[in-house]
Amino acid sequence: MPKRNDIEKILIIGAGPIVIGQACEFDYSGVQACKALREEGYRVILLNSNPATIMTDPEMAERTYIEPITLEMLEVILRRDRPDALLPTLGGQTALNLAVEAHEAGLLEKFSAELIGATAEVIHRAEDRDTFKEVVSAAGVEVLRSEVAHDMNQARRIQVDLGLPVVIRPSFTLGGSGGSVAYNVEEFETQVAAGLALSPVSSVLLEESVIGWKEFELEVMRDRNNNAVIVCSIENFDPMGVHTGDSITVAPAQTLTDREYQAMRDDALKIIRAIGVESGGCNIQFAVHPKTGRMVAIEMNPRVSRSSALASKATGFPIAKIAAKVAVGMTLDEIANDITRRTPACFEPTIDYCVVKVPRFTFEKFPAADDFLTVSMKSVGEVMAIGRTFKEAFQKALRGLEIKRAGLGADGRDVPFDKIDPAAVRRRLASPNSLRIFTIRLAMQQGMSIDEIYELTGIDPWFLDNMKQLVDFENELTTVCENSDILAEYFNRISNLQTLLRGTSREEIEKLAAIPTEQVDKQLEKVPKEKKEQFLRDIKDTVEFYSQWKSSDHVVEIIRKAKQWGYSDIQLATVFGAEPENIRAFREFHSIRAVFKLVDTCGGEFEAFTPYYYSTYEREDETRPSEKPGVMILGGGPNRIGQGLEFDYCCVHAAEALREMSIPSIMVNCNPETVSTDYDTSDRLYFEPLTLEDVLEIVHREKPRGLIVQFGGQTPLNLADGLAAAGVPILGTSPASIARAEDREQFSEMCSRLGIRQPRNGMASTIEEALGLAGEIGYPVIVRPSFVLGGRAMEIVYTDEDLRHFVSAALEASDGAAVLVDKFLEDAIELDVDAVADGTDVYIAGIMEHIEYAGVHSGDAAMALPPHRLDEDVADEIRRATRDLAMELDVRGLMNIQFAAIGGRELYILEVNPRASRTVPFVSKVTGVPIAKVATRVMLGETLASMGLTQPRPPLTHVGVKESVFPFSRFPGTDAVLGPEMKSTGEVMGIDRDFGLAYAKSQIAAGTRLPTDGTVFISIKDADKQALLPTIRRLRAMGFDILATDGTSEFLDRHRVANRRINKVRQGRPHVVDAIKNGEIALIINTPSGRRPRADESAIRINAVAHGITLITTATAAEAAVEAVAALRAGTPDARPIQEYLENRWKQPVA
Amino acid sequence: MTKPAMLVLEDGTVFEGVAFGAPGERSGEVVFNTSMTGYQEVLTDPSYCGQIVAMTYPLIGNYGVNADDAESRGLWLEGFVVKELSRITSNFRAQTDLDTYLRDHGVPGIAGIDTRELTKRLRTAGAMKGVLSTKDLDADSLIARARAAPGLEGRNLAETVTCDKTYQWDNGRGTGVSPVKKRNMAETAVPHSPRVVVLDCGVKYGILRRLRSAGCEVTVVPASTGAEQIAEIDPDGLMLSNGPGDPEPVTDVIETVRSLIENPPRKTPLPIFGICLGQQILALALGGKTYKLKFGHHGANHPVKDLRTGEVAITVQNHGFCVDIDSLPTGDVEITHINLNDQTLEGLRHKHLPIFSVQYHPEACPGPHDAQYLFNRFIELMRKA
Repeated sequence: MPKRNDIEKILIIGAGPIVIGQACEFDYSGVQACKALREEGYRVILLNSNPATIMTDPEMAERTYIEPITLEMLEVILRRDRPDALLPTLGGQTALNLAVEAHEAGLLEKFSAELIGATAEVIHRAEDRDTFKEVVSAAGVEVLRSEVAHDMNQARRIQVDLGLPVVIRPSFTLGGSGGSVAYNVEEFETQVAAGLALSPVSSVLLEESVIGWKEFELEVMRDRNNNAVIVCSIENFDPMGVHTGDSITVAPAQTLTDREYQAMRDDALKIIRAIGVESGGCNIQFAVHPKTGRMVAIEMNPRVSRSSALASKATGFPIAKIAAKVAVGMTLDEIANDITRRTPACFEPTIDYCVVKVPRFTFEKFPAADDFLTVSMKSVGEVMAIGRTFKEAFQKALRGLEIKRAGLGADGRDVPFDKIDPAAVRRRLASPNSLRIFTIRLAMQQGMSIDEIYELTGIDPWFLDNMKQLVDFENELTTVCENSDILAEYFNRISNLQTLLRGTSREEIEKLAAIPTEQVDKQLEKVPKEKKEQFLRDIKDTVEFYSQWKSSDHVVEIIRKAKQWGYSDIQLATVFGAEPENIRAFREFHSIRAVFKLVDTCGGEFEAFTPYYYSTYEREDETRPSEKPGVMILGGGPNRIGQGLEFDYCCVHAAEALREMSIPSIMVNCNPETVSTDYDTSDRLYFEPLTLEDVLEIVHREKPRGLIVQFGGQTPLNLADGLAAAGVPILGTSPASIARAEDREQFSEMCSRLGIRQPRNGMASTIEEALGLAGEIGYPVIVRPSFVLGGRAMEIVYTDEDLRHFVSAALEASDGAAVLVDKFLEDAIELDVDAVADGTDVYIAGIMEHIEYAGVHSGDAAMALPPHRLDEDVADEIRRATRDLAMELDVRGLMNIQFAAIGGRELYILEVNPRASRTVPFVSKVTGVPIAKVATRVMLGETLASMGLTQPRPPLTHVGVKESVFPFSRFPGTDAVLGPEMKSTGEVMGIDRDFGLAYAKSQIAAGTRLPTDGTVFISIKDADKQALLPTIRRLRAMGFDILATDGTSEFLDRHRVANRRINKVRQGRPHVVDAIKNGEIALIINTPSGRRPRADESAIRINAVAHGITLITTATAAEAAVEAVAALRAGTPDARPIQEYLENRWKQPVA
Repeated sequence: MTKPAMLVLEDGTVFEGVAFGAPGERSGEVVFNTSMTGYQEVLTDPSYCGQIVAMTYPLIGNYGVNADDAESRGLWLEGFVVKELSRITSNFRAQTDLDTYLRDHGVPGIAGIDTRELTKRLRTAGAMKGVLSTKDLDADSLIARARAAPGLEGRNLAETVTCDKTYQWDNGRGTGVSPVKKRNMAETAVPHSPRVVVLDCGVKYGILRRLRSAGCEVTVVPASTGAEQIAEIDPDGLMLSNGPGDPEPVTDVIETVRSLIENPPRKTPLPIFGICLGQQILALALGGKTYKLKFGHHGANHPVKDLRTGEVAITVQNHGFCVDIDSLPTGDVEITHINLNDQTLEGLRHKHLPIFSVQYHPEACPGPHDAQYLFNRFIELMRKA
């Protein structure tokens, strides 16, 4: 059936900010949908509050609303743009929820917009637990057995039938609270009694527990002609009980026979038909009992999901793109398979490799949170790896995680197994946690059997056996080292040769050794003349040495096998007691090189036209020589706090700029959620870990004209030195300049020469040095490790005691490198500057003013562009300093500088980063100049002048405010206070004609409810009191009631501001936490009192987060919030597409 | 301790790997199968007689082997090629491991080779003869033997794989009924059931199970059974089974089918359903022609469009030969299904007689069950007749 022509305009809703459980996979799906629908001639309107997305680039849709994803905004858009249809299945749960809300509010009917992809009924059937069970079991699919009990006796009878463990869910409690799992009869009795008491109707639902069962997922796609296909099967490494987002997952399913798999497939098709998804994709989860094979359907998402992004990358089948096309009525047989071109999308991909996804956790950021994995997701990102075996893909994924692991052990990072108490190992196996796989290895080394590990973990023996093979193989590797002296000698000889003849194989060198000296001149071009004779003698010696060394063939074979099983050079170097460079030289000498294979959806059955590659160690390489050398872009790896979507945005822009310039782009990344790893984004895609070894292997095949390392965050920058040392050309700012900016001494010297003030600072490599330094500088000081992103282990320190503690943590985080100690500037306005320099000119893209005082990490701070409190002469000083630094550092491309202005006047420089910053997308969206593309062109030799960026530009007539969103509610017990260590997961933008409205929108978009009336609780530190007085008066004037504790209350009384006093927690009840719990408070302004937070302050903040009450922790944020409240009281903000704001602001140069 | 093995192709390509299964040296046509599950069904499918089968999915043997999933009484292929053989088996139904299974059935295997390179080689150069050896590891002599080996064309392999004598299929096969099986493979006989004669050219048990569970009384007869002998059974319908190799040399069966169409045992026309080789034999009996495909279709993900409904089924395929669309007598035969990947003929039906066939495998095993409705269509035809 052809596409529908009764609809013309389609509104797509995005997923909003990156939060745990909803990350950049929805930018990937949104971008695909926008492209697919426009390709079919539809007009696309977009709503998404997240400025760091590619989908909100002005070129992606006809009208792009970067506005809060709320019913109010949706109504404005529906009224103004009158879309014919709303596509809600590509923006995660956020979009689905808004669509349902709009349906229930009658908005869709009112504006005659139709839901496509999934109707409200479909969403309800899929998402309502009871309805889902009913519909699905009526279709003949087995679901979890459950029964309602109204008293204890009935409950006991039901329990006998359901067995143990059993899940107890009290009926009709708020948000399903009070649910629990009983593992024994005793627990059962108490939990059922509690549940009956908790339930307002005195009943509990008893449900069989599937904890420990095998978990599978199927990605299903259906069109309106009833054609349905399974795109991918996924088997979870961790059994049921761990959220699939926190589980290691593997595609395709590994341990199902065809009968079981087909039974699952049949059920999935029954479910998609029964639920009624007529034109779209969905994800269905199954649990399988490991001993009986009993299979039950657990749940279904009637939309694209994180798993579908993974499945798309794992198979090459672009689920979101196809979902968008079937949503407008096309049928699967009408849509071509992009990769094979000649065959249709109506098929089931078959893969000839193994895909492993490993989640990236960030518990180190939240020390108070338990590293214990449950059904609530806690990971912040993920890595996918492709290999020809599970072992290879698994180890590649582990080294791609960037958790300082080079694979599954053998990297010198584990405590020796004989130093750990086996009882502790057993305990750590029994409760799922983020490092359990490494504990499994230890357990195997200690001799624990696979059966026993299986009993403790529930992880399928097939996966465990594969891990055991690695552990066994590691032992085999170790035995090779018995001849360690000869091996070391050999490594050295080869390394010496390879330094001169990088990448030359043994055969070639042997040929050289065999021919007379006078004839080898041509082959030895690279070798300096005076060294030539010595070198030839070396060659002969080495070849001689090699031929006499009896076990050499065995070593070559075992290293080849190690590579096939995914071992990295770092692991092999650790085992052999050598350097990774030695291993690389050895491999090059013996031609043990990675080959690259295609992801082609069809297992090689048809020719593939899309160059989407992964590495392995086999025989045939499938890369094709390119007509002209490309430019390689190194991506940012897994999302984590401090490095996420913003950097992927930059990498995608680099690829787009290269395409505009007709230069082939080569993308390297391992994050399956991203737009950068869409095979559509670049000319060639390498889905590979971002380690020196892996990148060098790609360089070896591609021979690119240069690498871009400044866009992917810290990940590629960390590789820059190694790449440069290996002779790989780095485009843009040189690694030496980057190092100069990072080196504190050189940087200080440079600043003083340029006349730029710096807070007093120094470096310390020991705790004693740090103490001395702090004495000199004076507290408070800020302590941080060098070379880390996201303010990891960064702290503001007020006392010697704290300094000791934090310096040791920082030394740990910086891997032994020195720790930086800076004077902390209290109560300063912090400013971020993004600029592009080409060696002659500097384009200052934006000066952003932080809402919070200095000391809050720039990634967490709210920012306004243009600045709203900054004096013009300070702004000029900033521009001058930026230019001077750019020229001094010879920046070619992007740079970011952070300044602080004490009292808004006295300017200090905090740091310079000659690379893309987190604010690049925000600046690009607000100003309309895509600076990552500009920087890409600069790196390839174009000038700012040629792009028209050296001319003065008209001032902005609008204000953009970026606000961060935080995961505190995911980590119960964590204090929601901001500091120098970054904690936010994502960002939103508010844009409007003035600051108040823009800030209000940013708060609404971030999920912060700004009340327009009610009670405000205020507890502020002394230093803030005077400054906040006008703000508090303003709140009173707007009719807010003020509630305050002792100090603040007295202060307000003194200044004749009406308020009510309330007890602190220690002062007896009722106290402030009671008031929070009772819902008496609409807004909390609580600025922490400098040093470590007092216990009752923490209690206030923790309860505020738990009860969803808006919490403001800095004085400047309070001022901004009150400004926003005032704006909101004037009426609902308007929505306006970004294209209108940016009209005529910049014309893209033509290549 | 691992033992070396070698696979060579007639074009001189050599793969060195590790031996598993039975020792020996065997030649055959080398083909690849793209199913990610179902290696046991592939191994026991008689249609692979005369072939060395390579799995494109690299990790094979993970879930072991069990008695229920066999598709025939033995293994018929010449050799089995995988990237990595699983060291353990992990499945609640597993009874033995793949290595042992192949050894017990005398089939050699090779593991540890670049199966993707092999696949691409076959895709570009077409199906080739090859030799898999765990004994002689001299590449040159193996290549010579590969070149000298008989191909599939012109050989009547149905003779080799057909049953010795007529038998009733009563579902007595296999032990240990699994819940999956109980739910999905309900095999209950229905009273007054249609009697189907299955002309066995290498029938998969899947076809017999399907017929039985659809309520048929199933009689399996050897390929050499003549029209008169079949008439003696007085069938309500005739099933032409799948089977190996080239259909053209299977002249006796073609003749039997032609005779049953022209002179049906009863006064009314005999309903006939052909699957795979069965379709090819039917087409030949109706005056059509067949040809050899470049590298055949062997997998479980081929889209086939039903030209009458427009619906697409994901089908299981296993054939190296195909019916030539243009050769069919247009007055009598209608094309009902085509393959969306390469537009080859996938299904046909007689315009005037209760005869239809498909090139793919509605019985699946292994693969999706999308096309199982065809068995019901056959039953309907028999009921109407």
